[in-house]
Amino acid sequence: MTAVSIEIRAKTFPAAGGAPARPLYADFKLDVADRSFTALLGPSGLGKTTLLNLIAGVDRDFEGRVSFSREQPRIGYAFQSPRLLPWRTVLENVTLPLPKTAGTLTRARGLLTEMGLGDAADVYPERLSLGMQRRVALARAFAVEPDLLLMDEPFVSLDEANADRLRDLLAELIARRPTTVVFVTHDSREAVRLADRLVVLAGPPVRIEQDVAVTLTPEQRAMPGEIDRFRQTALGLTRGAVA
Amino acid sequence: MAFAGRLGWSALSLGVFVALWWIVALVVDSRLLPDPPTVVRALVVAAETGELIFNLLITLARVAASFAIAMLIGSALGILLGLSRTADRLLSPWVVLFLNLPALVIIILAYVWFGLNESAAILAVAINKIPNVAVTLREGAVALSRDLAEMARIYRFGRWKTLRHVILPQLAPFFAAAARSGLALVWKIVLVVELLGRPNGVGFELQSSFQLFDVATILAYALAFGMIVQAIELGLIQPWERAANRWRR
Repeated sequence: MTAVSIEIRAKTFPAAGGAPARPLYADFKLDVADRSFTALLGPSGLGKTTLLNLIAGVDRDFEGRVSFSREQPRIGYAFQSPRLLPWRTVLENVTLPLPKTAGTLTRARGLLTEMGLGDAADVYPERLSLGMQRRVALARAFAVEPDLLLMDEPFVSLDEANADRLRDLLAELIARRPTTVVFVTHDSREAVRLADRLVVLAGPPVRIEQDVAVTLTPEQRAMPGEIDRFRQTALGLTRGAVA
Repeated sequence: MAFAGRLGWSALSLGVFVALWWIVALVVDSRLLPDPPTVVRALVVAAETGELIFNLLITLARVAASFAIAMLIGSALGILLGLSRTADRLLSPWVVLFLNLPALVIIILAYVWFGLNESAAILAVAINKIPNVAVTLREGAVALSRDLAEMARIYRFGRWKTLRHVILPQLAPFFAAAARSGLALVWKIVLVVELLGRPNGVGFELQSSFQLFDVATILAYALAFGMIVQAIELGLIQPWERAANRWRR
């Protein structure tokens, strides 16, 4: 339940291994409304992950500011890789970010069961498939009841069936407990399926090329034909386009 | 099954060793190479007078004290070197210097400067071991995952949770490596320290036996102490390592 305002005057990627420093962002501005689902689209390597890290506050090496409509919002972050602690069980991974109160354990177990991970609660993450690990990471992000949910291609490198199940699950969780979502992807079908606003980025330095509201109903989002039609009209992408 | 098999092979291997020793002792037939029964008799004699237990306990106490000090200071130093580049640049040459300083030099200097007392003995052993621990733990600290550190920061783990659930589990294999090589090094150096400047302990007894050319007693003490170290390895270090690794596939 947070609006986010991002203003980056300058962010450069430091020189490394003989490659010169390169500017990623210059005079970039993006406002994200409270309880909106914003999908950031754009080619890989553009700096979308960097943007999420700036919002999350783990990368402070930039000129500019990120401000929230409330002090110290609770952030849930689904990283590109699950980033679970392999030496802690699934349940421990989900409960560690939570305050130790009486209800925590029951609530976490309930959430895991809902996400089809009930049997895996006491298992170590490395014994699970990647799809299940991603579900655990999603459960962890939701368990903190985030004011702001950052997601960095959370369904990449999954097979389509698995990814689709997780997308449905995400939509369901957000419908039940609305929160502000910033979702990075390079899959525009996924973006149209989930988001209510598409921000297409280009660069470098990164600029907003298109900023479109997604006006589909939940029923239309479930239909691949409708999603393709919307991509065609709103983004100018043809049916066969991969992006 | 696999454990029983391993045990069987170990027993066979040790049996062959004892048999060879016995044969050579019979062939040489000298007081300077006693056969196994003579060594066992010497062990029984030393045990009956209570000297064996007393000296073993004293030596073990010194091993434990210097091992604990070395692990504590060495780990702290190693983690600091791994995390801070400035500290690494500043202190690395010292670590290399102490790593290559002969144990004997450190022992003699400790006795000369701090006197022939218990603290000097334990300090000397610890100083010998600290650089090894530091180097091992530095490797561990350098390899700490930045991804997981970021995750812990975003989810507001705080210092204690981050240390306990994120950092220490990553360092566990390095602690185990440092502990294992550390135990082997520390107990060898403790004997030297005792030989040079303590009035008791296994090292002191070896020294007395050496002056009397009592090889049977020397071997008896070596045997007893070797068994204890083996027991620590099998009963303490290996179970802990297994527990720390149970999450691995």
